[in-house]
Amino acid sequence: MASETSTVTSEPPATAVVAVGSLNFNDTELTLRLPGESRKSGEKRRFSGMIDLKLGGNDRSDTECSVVKKSTPSKERVVGWPPVRSYRKNMMKKDCKYVKVAVDGAPYLRKVDLELYSGYQQLLCAFEDLFSCFTIRNVLKEMKLMDPVNGTEYVPTYEDKDGDWMLVGDVPWKMFVESCKRIRLMKNSEAINGSELLKKC
Amino acid sequence: MVYSLPEEVLEHVFSFITSDKDRNVVSVVCKSWYEIERKCRRKVFIGNCYSVSPGIMIRRFPEVRSVELKGKPHFADFNLVPEGWGGYACSWIDKMSRAYPWLEEIRLKWMVVTDESLELISTSFKNYKVLVLASCEGFSTDGLSAIAANCRNLRELDLQESEVMDSSGHWLSHFPDTFTSLESLNISCLGSEVSFSALERLVARSPNLKTLRLNRAVPLGKLSTLLQQAPQLVELGTGAYLSGVRSDVYSALSKAFLGCKELKGLSGFWDVDPSYLPAFYSVCSRLTTLNLSYATIRSPDITKVISLCPNLQRLLVLDHIEDSGLNALALSCKNLQELRVFPSYLYVADANVTLTEQGLVSVSQGCSKLQSVLYFCHQMSNSALITIAKNRPNLTCFRLCIIEPRTPDYLTHEPLDIGFGAIVKHCKNLNRLSLSGLLTDRVFEYIGTHAKKLDMLSIAFAGDSDLGLHHVLSGCEILKKLEIRDCPFGDTALLANVAKLATMRSLWMSSCAVSIGACKILSRKMPMLNVEVTDENGTLDPKLDSCLVEKLYVYRTVAGPRSDMPGYIWTMDRDSANKI
Repeated sequence: MASETSTVTSEPPATAVVAVGSLNFNDTELTLRLPGESRKSGEKRRFSGMIDLKLGGNDRSDTECSVVKKSTPSKERVVGWPPVRSYRKNMMKKDCKYVKVAVDGAPYLRKVDLELYSGYQQLLCAFEDLFSCFTIRNVLKEMKLMDPVNGTEYVPTYEDKDGDWMLVGDVPWKMFVESCKRIRLMKNSEAINGSELLKKC
Repeated sequence: MVYSLPEEVLEHVFSFITSDKDRNVVSVVCKSWYEIERKCRRKVFIGNCYSVSPGIMIRRFPEVRSVELKGKPHFADFNLVPEGWGGYACSWIDKMSRAYPWLEEIRLKWMVVTDESLELISTSFKNYKVLVLASCEGFSTDGLSAIAANCRNLRELDLQESEVMDSSGHWLSHFPDTFTSLESLNISCLGSEVSFSALERLVARSPNLKTLRLNRAVPLGKLSTLLQQAPQLVELGTGAYLSGVRSDVYSALSKAFLGCKELKGLSGFWDVDPSYLPAFYSVCSRLTTLNLSYATIRSPDITKVISLCPNLQRLLVLDHIEDSGLNALALSCKNLQELRVFPSYLYVADANVTLTEQGLVSVSQGCSKLQSVLYFCHQMSNSALITIAKNRPNLTCFRLCIIEPRTPDYLTHEPLDIGFGAIVKHCKNLNRLSLSGLLTDRVFEYIGTHAKKLDMLSIAFAGDSDLGLHHVLSGCEILKKLEIRDCPFGDTALLANVAKLATMRSLWMSSCAVSIGACKILSRKMPMLNVEVTDENGTLDPKLDSCLVEKLYVYRTVAGPRSDMPGYIWTMDRDSANKI
């Protein structure tokens, strides 16, 4: 940074067709230099620190997600521009995290986007909706789903990154979303056998 | 011969003067008025926490009940202020806890607050009522537990857009069963779940609750339960606005909204399922504020909602509203005062979203009471800006962000100088302006000549030379806050206007052309300013006067240089740079 002169060139804006004749780029060329120094052509000024934000959108339909890129792919991103608050940027960052949900005894699986939910309660509500035969039973803070027709209880479990089957609800929500590969609503009889095995350990 | 009124009488008169500016004016009339006023001032607002020290404030104003502080510069919102910059509330809260046992309200913005400080607040003030932490960080739900447990008379807890470390959702249960004074609760920024049963019980026993802003994790199905407990709500922020295909959620919600006869403001609406929108149609005719800026709904849904809200004064939306939606707004909402349109995609234009300058022009035509605009778009023209200016000379706040830097008038390919020039010329009461697009020094000449009421100006990627900055500093008489990034402004303009800087709250310049040498001169000439230079890369050589500074923050202060800067920030002190 010491005493170097650098030039910031105004690049052709991506979204406008520029008639070169009407805009003389030499005139608009911005230079950063100490007053009195003559203009030198130099390397492009580097913006310190780049952030790469994923383009976000809550739309699930493919057509709505299509984005026409009008800028060159290699365009550098500028820190803090456009001036959108970090809070809002974080809200907009929406990855999809679709995981399979299997229910013991059901003929087919469903998929849910975990990023849509902010907590376990919401996820359980979603299960209630997807498998309309269920109601949520929260017994002693253990999350369970129940089929009121035959009284069968289902315990939500998930397979984590290590391939282990875990009980849903132990870890903070965000950690769960990150490590969950798929979900299985296990019939309680099977789950009880499993937990009894654990108790013997 | 003038007989002065007895002190008690003057004090009583002063008690009707509540605005800070008026109080400040009263205090400089004469010595005795200064003394009387300072002893009975109840509210203090400090726009820059480093401009004064807690000790000075406490010595001058011993009977304060309400304090409002701001810490980091505004550009902290956009990641331009590095980690560890400062803005620590600790010493303020510490000293106030000892000096103001009757303090009732603390409002902090862009500050770092710790759990220890929150605990201290909760135990130090006998009649504590209001805690607002806007865009703050550094605390967790443990601190909130202390507030909940100990502040028996709490009225307002507002965590607006703060970053809270979530330890548990059970902090809400720390409000004792006897606690019934809550009037306003904003937990919309909390990432994870709060205990719903605790929330429900809290709402049920708070008959004065007027504002409730939930976080995303509160399921829609639970919203109706809460609304049934609190039909007196005036402001509501929903959680996630979607649910499965269960019709009972919809009907319960619809019924609950019907019961809310006082509801004037709605926000939240994260993850909206449009089929649930009609559930709140019954409150639309009374709505004055609607924040749909996290909802990706489009026409016809959004147009339908807007057409049902004739009393709308404030609307926040995403650019999904498109020009068509803004046309509908212009037709339906004749009382609109404030419009904010946010981008849904941050960099490139979404081909499916048709939001152009036309939308803003329509609103400027149709909404005669429009005063405040924040508009993100991809294209603009001088003619549109001129039309807007002529339509709405009553604008007080105009913030335009054309997303691609240095974008010219898309019709003529000219800079947007005359467009913004028209804005400052016609809108004589403009107090806040944010520029964007391709701009030369001309626009600053217009601003310096016409924008006489300008209080805050934000500039990015604009101008040709120091003349631009000089026009602003020499022309804008009451300018208080100036923030500049990536402009070719440097030493000459700065040093030609040093006295001006002492009349301003602060000046921020990043990625401009200011040298260390100029900073030293500025500091020498103006000892009442703190001249802070950031050197994150460690490349700055303070002995080399021609070295350009990456970030410069200059502000007036009576507290001297601050001592809580991180290692990469230097304060210029007369002849040398001091690093603490």
